[in-house]
Amino acid sequence: MIPELAHFFCVLAFTSAVALALAGFLGARQRHLAWVKAAKQIAIAQFLFLLCSFIFLDIAFLLDDFTVQYVADNSHTLLPWYYKASAMWGDHEGSFLLWTLVMAGWTAAVALRSESLSFDMRGYVLSVLGLINVAFLLFLLSASNPFLRAFPLEVTAGSDMNAILQDFGHLVHPPFLYLGYVGFSVAFAFAVAALLTGRIDAAWARWSRPWTNTAWALLTVGIALGSWWAYYELGWGGWWFWDPVENASFMPWLAGTALIHSLAVTEKRGAFKSWTVLLALLTFTLCLVGAFLVRSGVLTSVHAFAIDPERGMYLATIVALVACLSLSLYAFRAARLRSRISYRGISRELLLLANNALLTLALAVIFLYTLYPLFYEWLTDGGRVSLGPPYFNRAFVPLMMLLAGCLALVPIARWKRTPLSLFRPSLYILGGAFALGLFVPLIYSGALHIGVTVCIAIALWILSTHLADIYRSRRSLTMSFLGMSMAHMGFAITVIGVTITSGFSVSQDLRLSVGDEVRVGDRTYVFEDLRIVNGPNYVAHQAQFVVGDVRLLPERRQYTTRNTVTTEAAIRPGFTNDLLVSLGEPVGDGAWAVRIQEKPMIRWVWLGAVIAAMAGLLAVFDVRYRRLRLREARLVQEPQLGGG
Amino acid sequence: MNRVRKRRLGVALFVFFGSSTTLGLAFYAMQQNLEFFYLPDRVVSGEAPTGKTIRAGGMVVEGSIDRSNEDLSVRFELSDMAGSSFPVVYEGLLPNLFVEGQGAIVSGTLDESGLFYADQVLAKHDENYMPPELAHLHTTE
Repeated sequence: MIPELAHFFCVLAFTSAVALALAGFLGARQRHLAWVKAAKQIAIAQFLFLLCSFIFLDIAFLLDDFTVQYVADNSHTLLPWYYKASAMWGDHEGSFLLWTLVMAGWTAAVALRSESLSFDMRGYVLSVLGLINVAFLLFLLSASNPFLRAFPLEVTAGSDMNAILQDFGHLVHPPFLYLGYVGFSVAFAFAVAALLTGRIDAAWARWSRPWTNTAWALLTVGIALGSWWAYYELGWGGWWFWDPVENASFMPWLAGTALIHSLAVTEKRGAFKSWTVLLALLTFTLCLVGAFLVRSGVLTSVHAFAIDPERGMYLATIVALVACLSLSLYAFRAARLRSRISYRGISRELLLLANNALLTLALAVIFLYTLYPLFYEWLTDGGRVSLGPPYFNRAFVPLMMLLAGCLALVPIARWKRTPLSLFRPSLYILGGAFALGLFVPLIYSGALHIGVTVCIAIALWILSTHLADIYRSRRSLTMSFLGMSMAHMGFAITVIGVTITSGFSVSQDLRLSVGDEVRVGDRTYVFEDLRIVNGPNYVAHQAQFVVGDVRLLPERRQYTTRNTVTTEAAIRPGFTNDLLVSLGEPVGDGAWAVRIQEKPMIRWVWLGAVIAAMAGLLAVFDVRYRRLRLREARLVQEPQLGGG
Repeated sequence: MNRVRKRRLGVALFVFFGSSTTLGLAFYAMQQNLEFFYLPDRVVSGEAPTGKTIRAGGMVVEGSIDRSNEDLSVRFELSDMAGSSFPVVYEGLLPNLFVEGQGAIVSGTLDESGLFYADQVLAKHDENYMPPELAHLHTTE
């Protein structure tokens, strides 16, 4: 009964989405306020229906209802309850249900918080969001239905959850990632509505900005969580692999980052209008491309779900439809958007232009590198190629450093034009930062390393110019100013973390037996003991390593149902240095393959990302947006609208 | 042309040429560094280039894994299950799901004698998943 209820509510949500798309469109088109008001209620209802559907399916997981095929394939009676609950989004069907739930959540949020938008704009926005919901739910119900029953011929205990996913990271990483991904649909819907109504102005940008910022912040958290999770769960100390699916989430992030900056120019200076709209369309399209890459099985990746050509075709169709329709609309309407702007020399406009150019370029390079193997296979009928991570870094890092250089000048630059003399003090700061940067490689490795010095110097430069700026305007701090500065400093912190951990990590693969002592970096590791521990659904070899007064217990787990092995690295986290020991396979004579690593400043990589994400959210709460909302609510009274 | 337009044209041209140069260089660098993938029959027949970083893959031959007693070096054979196989040497940690009789992909260089020096060994990451490169080997097994 419970899975049928879940299925039923999902179908209800689908019909609501169809109704939402129609009501919003008719209301906006025929100027019927009642339709638009109805759209709001429908959007909320749709979210509640999907929430019920989601909860009921999750109950089926908690109750071990193995007559549901999807539950039987992805859960097990021996799993602890919290993994049963999260096993639900451990595979394609359930994770797509989560995806649609998030989509419905954003739609409902927009419906609730768009009272003060002009009502035709509001109708179009809700209609576009409704259409996206329709496409997602249709895909869920027709090609990846998680509610189907399959009565088992014998009593089973379930075929278990993927062992790597039995972890806290899986509880939080996909939800945040989806919140971010799907959140860009709001920016997309605003852009389409703007093209349809022909109104793209500062007010429009001010409306889009909080939504875009929120989606961007959540995606940032999602990506950082994914990186942190890969670091400790995959077990070998890597935190970014340029894996195609990582790239699939990183490309919308780059586009989204460009978008929030370009929106700023559109709001403040009325410039970059058509480019901003194009970016909004592009960002969401890239999110869909990401979903296609992950869920169609066209790419080789740790994340890829099982291969199913039908799903791939459906998702490719959605991507193609969204891209074609929105781009043709853009082609017809964008010419009307005129922005008058003048600026000279180094100004904020120019820096933001550089920001957008560099981010787009980085995006293009990653797009090329990620998808070229696919094109190659297609062109040569099955030939396979791949490109190693070093080449991604070689192209990406210089672009990011140029971007970082521009970023350091932001606090000094003014709109329109900036007298060059203002930049002089910051050049002295750069000199100081460079001198400090020279010491960093000396401390870590005793040798000079110009690449590291340049990266560190630019990061310190960013930190100091922004701190000086915050200090200078301490009496008139606004949330959005503080948000902007903090986000930039977060970026600098990530740059420092990435630079040092990439440059000076120590890693050794060793063959060790109990009782062995090895020296890695400046520390001595003693392999003291090896024993067998039993988990709820696995058996593990647990080694005990002692470093100074720290005890590290890496495990190698054998999950019994699926007969898979995972490596649980033992990590001693530290603000400036992580120690990491992972236990590999037994290599004969009682010896084990062991990897011992030191990862300096690795925490800063995620710390910076979290600071930037918090900063993005901080800017959303700027009073400017709230004041605007009140003012417009007062201006746009209903009687004025109802007549049309 | 007035000054504003001239300046705007300058910026546009700069952005255009800058980005096309970057993309061109990125594309060129990619072309130089692509790792091509070869199945065992093409490694054995000598079609795969020597001394250049390539990828190759196949099933790990049962009983072929030979470990050193001193360090982490290991030697094994990859086969297409249709008569061709080639030896691989590697030093380091093997992936968790590297098992005899299962698929694996190696990245590294081939020497004149047909021995593959792997820098990296990749295995499938769960029991239901097969690297697309090896999917058809799996079905003919």
